[in-house]
Amino acid sequence: MKEITYVKAINEALREELARDDSVIVMGEDVGISGGSFNATKGLFEAFGSKRIIDTPISESAIAGIAVGAAISGLRPVAEIMFMDFTALAMDSIVNSAAKMRYMSAGQCKAPVVFRTLGGGGVSAGPGHSQSLESWFCHVPGLKVVYPSTPYDVKGLLKSSIRDDNPIIFIEHKFLRAKGEIPEEEYTLPLGQADVKREGSDVTVVTWGQLFFKVATSAEKLAREGINIEIIDLRTLIPLDMKTIESSVKKTGKLVIAHEAVKISGFGAEIAASVVEHLFDYLDAPIRRIGAAFTPIPWGTVVENAVLPQEADIISAVKDIVRSRQAKN
Amino acid sequence: MGEVSNEKKKELFTLLLKTRRLEEKLIELMTTGEVAGWFHSNLGQEAVGVGVTAYLEPEDYINNTHRGRAIIIGKRVPLKRFMAEALGRKNGPCEGISGEMHYFDLKYGILGQSGTLGGQIPVAVGVALACQYRKSDQVVICIFGDGTVDEGNFHESLNIASLWKLPIVFVVENNGWAQFTPQKATASQVDIWRKAEGYNMLGKVVDGTDILEVYEVAREAIARARKGDGPTLIECKVRRWEGHYIGDPQKYRDPKDIEEARRVDPLSKFQKRLMDEKILTLESMNELDESVKREIEEAIQFAKSSPVASREQAFQNVYV
Repeated sequence: MKEITYVKAINEALREELARDDSVIVMGEDVGISGGSFNATKGLFEAFGSKRIIDTPISESAIAGIAVGAAISGLRPVAEIMFMDFTALAMDSIVNSAAKMRYMSAGQCKAPVVFRTLGGGGVSAGPGHSQSLESWFCHVPGLKVVYPSTPYDVKGLLKSSIRDDNPIIFIEHKFLRAKGEIPEEEYTLPLGQADVKREGSDVTVVTWGQLFFKVATSAEKLAREGINIEIIDLRTLIPLDMKTIESSVKKTGKLVIAHEAVKISGFGAEIAASVVEHLFDYLDAPIRRIGAAFTPIPWGTVVENAVLPQEADIISAVKDIVRSRQAKN
Repeated sequence: MGEVSNEKKKELFTLLLKTRRLEEKLIELMTTGEVAGWFHSNLGQEAVGVGVTAYLEPEDYINNTHRGRAIIIGKRVPLKRFMAEALGRKNGPCEGISGEMHYFDLKYGILGQSGTLGGQIPVAVGVALACQYRKSDQVVICIFGDGTVDEGNFHESLNIASLWKLPIVFVVENNGWAQFTPQKATASQVDIWRKAEGYNMLGKVVDGTDILEVYEVAREAIARARKGDGPTLIECKVRRWEGHYIGDPQKYRDPKDIEEARRVDPLSKFQKRLMDEKILTLESMNELDESVKREIEEAIQFAKSSPVASREQAFQNVYV
């Protein structure tokens, strides 16, 4: 095992897949000569050249659309949309082209393209660079949506995403220097498989992306008070691993869903609805959802923290439903 | 201008005639409800699609447009194959999932059509990027109407295609109408070919109702693209005979404009020329017409006797 940062894990995944398969190309704003806005593509231009590591103009719609065209013609483009907020500019190419190509052609082609994008807040990036918009993409048939939290997950899942034959929204978070251990040797992780990051018997907490870290520290604090939460890090939102959620909820009878995206119409609502539809009899308490307030993400630290979900919100939600269970008993 | 052989002229005429007769038949089928959905006629504009595809190699690509039957005929798609898709049959290339408007047929290099205008432009550029990357010698034609030029995708894509010297030719079929609104109400520059200069690209304008003119300009542009000399923007000026869709009452349009448009007929113009040049006679022309009509009729019979797309097919190919 070796310790590595989140951004270095992304870089390693790209480097390994570029070396493995010459149909893989990387394209986007500043991905080439400069090595990427956040060093995710550092050194790739020198190693693989300008034909494979392609600096583009600031043209998100064209970046995404060109990636789709290249993908249906046999390449495996990894297209970077610098910030998730900017996917709004690429939406037609992603939703109307990438997601439907295979369907509309009745399987004559496939569109194996990965759209890498940086989501999430917490770094005073302000209203234009901080959003978590994953639920937009979870609503579109034909797309897969991946949002890994740890260096281990991001590397294994990015490699699998590049090898997958479907268009994928691959969301990376802003804790780029988060460290974690990964194996020295090559590995991949399957899409559509959640990871139980912590076992516990009292409450199931389903989370993903960068909020995982706050859930993890909350878990330590709760454990000191005798409450053991089970943390399910979804890693992949579409396809959704309902099996792992189900078996945990059957065990704990209590569910908290915590995501950084705005709570209203967030993907947590979909999970909550599915659990109520299929596991109503197993629930001992109402499901609690944690998400950002229904406002844009402000810049200043105090105001940003006021909008984004914090550790205290997670702890209080968990305690709430533990108490409601005690009351019921 | 290179000399076009008599044989080639006759072939172009046959494709043009086939497009016209197919269009007339599709409008009939639309009116009787046998073709579902909306239908956007290409009557009066056929010379563009036929002219630009006639010089393509079978392995070259072109995207489709919502008025795209000329492209399909020009790309030599067998009529039975096309008609099966148009009538929603399982043995169409998209198995009845996409129909005629979004007709996608990779076997013949046809890249489909996006619902949003302009969505197909970066996709076509991406296909050209793959051709360049693989050094495959293939060329892509990206064709769209004048309304589409106002989309951001046009700007982003032409800039990149020119910058990277991609093997692609952009063709604008300028009929002067963006759906129900005239070009003069929406465009600050009605001579679209002039926009090429802004992308350091070669721009050309042709009379899109003169098939030989379209054919010649396309031939040069395709040769340039194939040689690695980069893209060309070709503007083809045409007239739209019908409304935006079949059944459009065109209340927004001066009836005189419709009348004038219909007097400009690419088919009869080319027919007269070939008769003047003694390449066609009235007799051979009538024979040709009969055989084209027969072929269309056979294609319809074939499609009608083919199985309709089943309910199960609706749920296939969402994911690989």
